[in-house]
Amino acid sequence: MKDAFGLPQSLLVLGGTSEIALATARRLIARRTRTVWLAGRPSPALEEAAGQLRGLGADVHTVAFDALDPTSHEAVLGKVFAEGDIDMVLLAFGLLGDQARDEREPEAAVRVAQTNYTGAISAGLVCARALQSQGHGSLVVMSSVAGERARRANFIYGSSKAGLDAFAQGLGDALHGTGVHVMVVRPGFVRTRMTAGLPEAPLATTPEAVATAVELGLRRRSETVWVPGALRVVMAALRHLPRGVFRRLPI
Amino acid sequence: MSADTDSVPDVMGLDHTTVSGWGRTAPTAARLIRPQTYEEAAAAVRDCGARGGIPRGLGRAYGDAAQNAGGSVLDMTGLDRVHAIDADGGTVLCDAGVSLHRLMEVLLPLGWFVPVTPGTRYVTVGGAIGADIHGKNHHVSGSFSRHVLAFELLTSDGEIRTVIPGTPLFDATAGGMGLTGVILTATIRLQPVETSLMSVDTERATDLDDLMARLAATDHRYRYSVAWIDLLARGASTGRAVLTRGDHAPLDALPARTRANPLSFRTSRFPSAPAVLPEGLLTRTTVGLFNELWYHKAPRARAGQLQRISAFFHPLDGVPHWNRVYGRGGFVQYQFVVGYGQEDALRRIVRRISERRCPSFLAVLKRFGESDPGWLSFPVPGWTLALDIPAGLPGLGAFLDELDEEVATAGGRVYLAKDARLRPELLAAMYPRLDDFRALRAELDPHGVFTSDLSRRLSL
Repeated sequence: MKDAFGLPQSLLVLGGTSEIALATARRLIARRTRTVWLAGRPSPALEEAAGQLRGLGADVHTVAFDALDPTSHEAVLGKVFAEGDIDMVLLAFGLLGDQARDEREPEAAVRVAQTNYTGAISAGLVCARALQSQGHGSLVVMSSVAGERARRANFIYGSSKAGLDAFAQGLGDALHGTGVHVMVVRPGFVRTRMTAGLPEAPLATTPEAVATAVELGLRRRSETVWVPGALRVVMAALRHLPRGVFRRLPI
Repeated sequence: MSADTDSVPDVMGLDHTTVSGWGRTAPTAARLIRPQTYEEAAAAVRDCGARGGIPRGLGRAYGDAAQNAGGSVLDMTGLDRVHAIDADGGTVLCDAGVSLHRLMEVLLPLGWFVPVTPGTRYVTVGGAIGADIHGKNHHVSGSFSRHVLAFELLTSDGEIRTVIPGTPLFDATAGGMGLTGVILTATIRLQPVETSLMSVDTERATDLDDLMARLAATDHRYRYSVAWIDLLARGASTGRAVLTRGDHAPLDALPARTRANPLSFRTSRFPSAPAVLPEGLLTRTTVGLFNELWYHKAPRARAGQLQRISAFFHPLDGVPHWNRVYGRGGFVQYQFVVGYGQEDALRRIVRRISERRCPSFLAVLKRFGESDPGWLSFPVPGWTLALDIPAGLPGLGAFLDELDEEVATAGGRVYLAKDARLRPELLAAMYPRLDDFRALRAELDPHGVFTSDLSRRLSL
């Protein structure tokens, strides 16, 4: 069960090698979390992540999960929930893709969309139903500021996150009052493997900062969390810029 | 139905209501059932489904003891009959859903009072046994279960058992947070009174040591005793306090005009706290001002003041939904006890709370007397401190974890009826009979029919 501060005792991470997710898991283990499920494609990286979290004192399991295979989600995630209550699901899988290549190779672009959006829809709905029958739990969805307004440099990734973000907001409304809390997290540029080598955007942040913001959001039962918080204002302004001006911005 | 439940329209075909404790933290959804008869209660227990059920009274437990995510919550307030009063012997037989408020209304005119009342009259008899509540008279009268002569318990097998003191089932149920079964009726021994007024002595203590010395030296002279502490006072006045102590006023203490009708039970009621209040109303500044006023408003020493029962015992009951002043984020109440001989631990904790500047305006210190045999019953002989803190205070969770360590190291414990955040690992150290409790539950309720968010969180 979560405690009075919204902190979970059990955590399911979808996208078990995500640096943001693991930073969040570490932070939650330092608080109340004792059981962690890391779901992802079987790999040495997934096992290593599990080992690291075990070192912090958590009881960690790995489970084979493929965002690109939605037909398997019901069975795979159902097994996890059958083992006991999950107080928090962190939906953190995602592909950044390579914009230039993806524009040339539509199939690669579709892969980004299928992972980030389609995969999240099926996994999100499966988890939402399980959480609702538990009568409690938080579903924390890693969206991105890139979904707020598509920009030239990464509109394929951005559009997939826009879809995910809209889906998560709607799901949050559908689950309002059911004891299940849906929280959309919109980080800006986060320094991780995913963004290594990319030119850094203003207000760049770290996985640890995202983890801190998630913990605060859980305590406040927030529906939307921006990381860093200043992005809320920045994006509110950018969203309303005329296309002609937005297009010419060096972002 | 309690104030802290909200019905919502069906989503995805489930019929549920969100339920939270008085502190309004961590709400979860459950099927709320309100049995009107014992048969309906038995049927509800039989049909409560895979995620079990838990009885709930008036929802005054601060934490998650009377909520059950995804399962059933049995609102027992529909079973509220007073069956029999022995006005000569001083006992009452009533349903578990009867509130102490109702008992006072019925019993006071007959010259009887409930043996133990907490800071609110709006708790049910079932809840009073389930939490084994204590009052300002603990050092004299012990906890509620000491005055229970018998109760009827609906267990997970659908049977109704009569349970009497001195049996394992009694000791597991008194303080057992509703996890052994549903109490249907109880027989309670009452306290005789000559009047419905209290004779109250008030005095001020300048700091914590002064307070502890006064309490230790003179507590035994009063049936009821409590001290309000200003936890925002620092430095030399750390722990300054107002002591309020007294007893039921004898008939001859009343002025002539009230002597004709000495047993009338009157309460005052102010408007409810509004449903929506801005966050951050209770800051260090506002609470500090309140505490300053409250301390200086109290007389340095005043004896024999006549007060109504409601004003002496239940001042906050006059403001319905007062828990809303903490805003949407709710609040946690932290109550712990450390045994006599552990005064240094108490001093350390009070100093840490004062230094931390927790905005708490309801902080209460009192001395417990002998404990009662309930396995998970809270009181042990020693000092108990209770304080309310807004849940949104940054770093509060980690801070309270540190206090828990101090409490556990000193051999103390926190009160489960108020808990919403204890680290499960500390529970066994705080409650040495926990294993007995678990073993009895495993035998009595092998399928875990009686389950609550509290029991899931702490693996009770």
